[in-house]
Amino acid sequence: MNEQQRDYVLRTVEERGIRLVRLWFTDVLGNLKSFAISPAEMENALNDGMSFDGSSIDGYSRVQESDVLAIPDANTFEVLPWVDAKGAEARVFCDIARLDGTPFDGDPRQVLRRNLESARKKGYSFYIAPDIEYFYFAPPVAGQQPVLLDEGGFFDLTSTDIASSLRKETIRTLETMSIPVEYSFHEDAPSQHEIDLRHTDALAMADSVMTFRFVVKEIAALHNVHATFMPKPLENIQGSGMHLHLSLFTGEDNAFHSADDPYNLSPTAKHFMAGLLRHAAEITAVTNQTVNSYKRLVPGFEAPVHISWARNNRSGLVRVPIPKRQNESATRLEYRSPDPACNPYLAFSVILAAGMRGIEEQYELPTEADANLFEMDDEMLAKLGIAQLPQSLSEALTVMEGSSLVAEALGDHIFEWFLRNKRDEWRDYKTHISQFELGRYLRST
Amino acid sequence: MSQSSTNGGNRSMADSLLAVFPSPAPIDLARTLDLAGYRWKAVASGAEAAKSEPTDGWAGAVVMCDDDPESGWALCRSLRKRDVPVQRVLVMVNGTQLADLEMRDNLFDEFCLTPFHPRELEARLRHLFWTQLTGKHEMLVEYGGLVLNLETYQSSFGGQALDLTYMEYELLKFLAQNPGKVFSREILLSRVWGYEYFGGARTVDVHIRRLRAKLGEEHANLIQTVRSVGYRFGQSKWSV
Repeated sequence: MNEQQRDYVLRTVEERGIRLVRLWFTDVLGNLKSFAISPAEMENALNDGMSFDGSSIDGYSRVQESDVLAIPDANTFEVLPWVDAKGAEARVFCDIARLDGTPFDGDPRQVLRRNLESARKKGYSFYIAPDIEYFYFAPPVAGQQPVLLDEGGFFDLTSTDIASSLRKETIRTLETMSIPVEYSFHEDAPSQHEIDLRHTDALAMADSVMTFRFVVKEIAALHNVHATFMPKPLENIQGSGMHLHLSLFTGEDNAFHSADDPYNLSPTAKHFMAGLLRHAAEITAVTNQTVNSYKRLVPGFEAPVHISWARNNRSGLVRVPIPKRQNESATRLEYRSPDPACNPYLAFSVILAAGMRGIEEQYELPTEADANLFEMDDEMLAKLGIAQLPQSLSEALTVMEGSSLVAEALGDHIFEWFLRNKRDEWRDYKTHISQFELGRYLRST
Repeated sequence: MSQSSTNGGNRSMADSLLAVFPSPAPIDLARTLDLAGYRWKAVASGAEAAKSEPTDGWAGAVVMCDDDPESGWALCRSLRKRDVPVQRVLVMVNGTQLADLEMRDNLFDEFCLTPFHPRELEARLRHLFWTQLTGKHEMLVEYGGLVLNLETYQSSFGGQALDLTYMEYELLKFLAQNPGKVFSREILLSRVWGYEYFGGARTVDVHIRRLRAKLGEEHANLIQTVRSVGYRFGQSKWSV
């Protein structure tokens, strides 16, 4: 961090009358964590970081050393737009380090930094634009079904719709927080909304996804509405995904673009896609990390089930969107399985690792699957060599456990903790007796 | 861009470097500059000035045209006709060359007759740099409803405070200080981010988008995209 950057932050704290600076970071499960410091401590924090006890943070805990340092990334310093002038607050994302200043391997942001750095050494910068879906519900009551706010359909335009005005306010807030929005609309399902963000480099985007989830929930809560990124909150209604539009740049050039190819895809793009497909099953536990995630990945709801790619087939895992107006920089791959309940830092890390492996090893891209895969039977799929994504969290964890690619991308600390934590989650789920079982078996057996 | 804010004296110029022509500098000119506390470096041509330019750019130039007016004016021209023109150029001419100043008003900001009186040259230089010394003028950059306070790092549009990240602020500052000029992504990357930045030229596009979003829909065209070239802040100098 240069001195001017530090001055900028300190001066802004003073000039804008900031009362609290919130230091933001992320636990291994992708929950936003925060502690606040007074402006007087800010200079100290910028210089040396702030130490805190990491043992209470999910995935940070270690047997011996539990104290870690939060080091503010001054470039992410922003005044929070929704607090009134009397008690102005700001936030800054932090990297977590050990007390000796070296990166802490339990910090997801450091994991993404490390993966981006290794791509960077090969000349690539990784860009991502997510389409994030979520639902608005009435405030939930424990054990009750979620209550819909509206019954609107796709692109529904009703001016009285409270959800639309919430979405508008959310977008305004995002834009004042350096998160430009590309599109936003009411999704297919009642109460479901989608906001598409403009692409940025992957680290800034992971920060943006964290901020996004916070802003969406915060603004909804101000209006006594509950926003949720749960992947599949309603049975028989499509779930919430986080499709990721991916591209690699070398300098100003889109490394995925080639004018000579009928699909405008460069060999780099094809190798990257082949890497994604080959390692898709291994990274799914990270991109879809809840028990509930796998209830979204079922046929019939435009969510991917099969490991395949196509130019314009929304049942596939990877789609190659057709860029508007021959815009080179818009050539990209859309990876469709992730859901918005993932940890974006870790999800982006394993996706990049899978794609980069494809580039390094020059993986051959399988043939395009342009038919509707949902209509094919298993025999047909087997003949085409099309496998399925893991069907449950348990299955995904088993595949992940055997993956040296994921272990390397996440680092041993997070890899082991994640598997342990998620195995526990699966065990809890397995012991739960559901409504489905009671309805089906209580009387019939 | 060095915008220091010490109170008066030439000390605030301590980090800034002046380009001086000809090379080597005449002894009386060199002595005057040294005694007045300026840091300077003699250059023989525009090419040399470009090559030995400090990373934050030349703070100004003193160009003595009396012996070799052709090379002197050529240097002035090259200092001005760059992506980021050098401001605060003082030319020195003798009595018979006064007519040369006509039609060249765009190439210099101040002049001094040779043979020069050291106290006069010092006074003229002090006047030329006073804005930077007192911080009265240069500390505010204004364009339309946009105001950037370079001292406090604060910015506003139409009286409303803008909340910018550091890089957004630096980019907007650079653009607003050079309105009407078109900059390529590479130039913006090197001048605003510095050469060591590795994020690629897309970073510039990302930050332009963020700035437009923060300026609001109705003012987003303050920063215009010039197709296949780069970006321009404000109106083109050539548009009516």
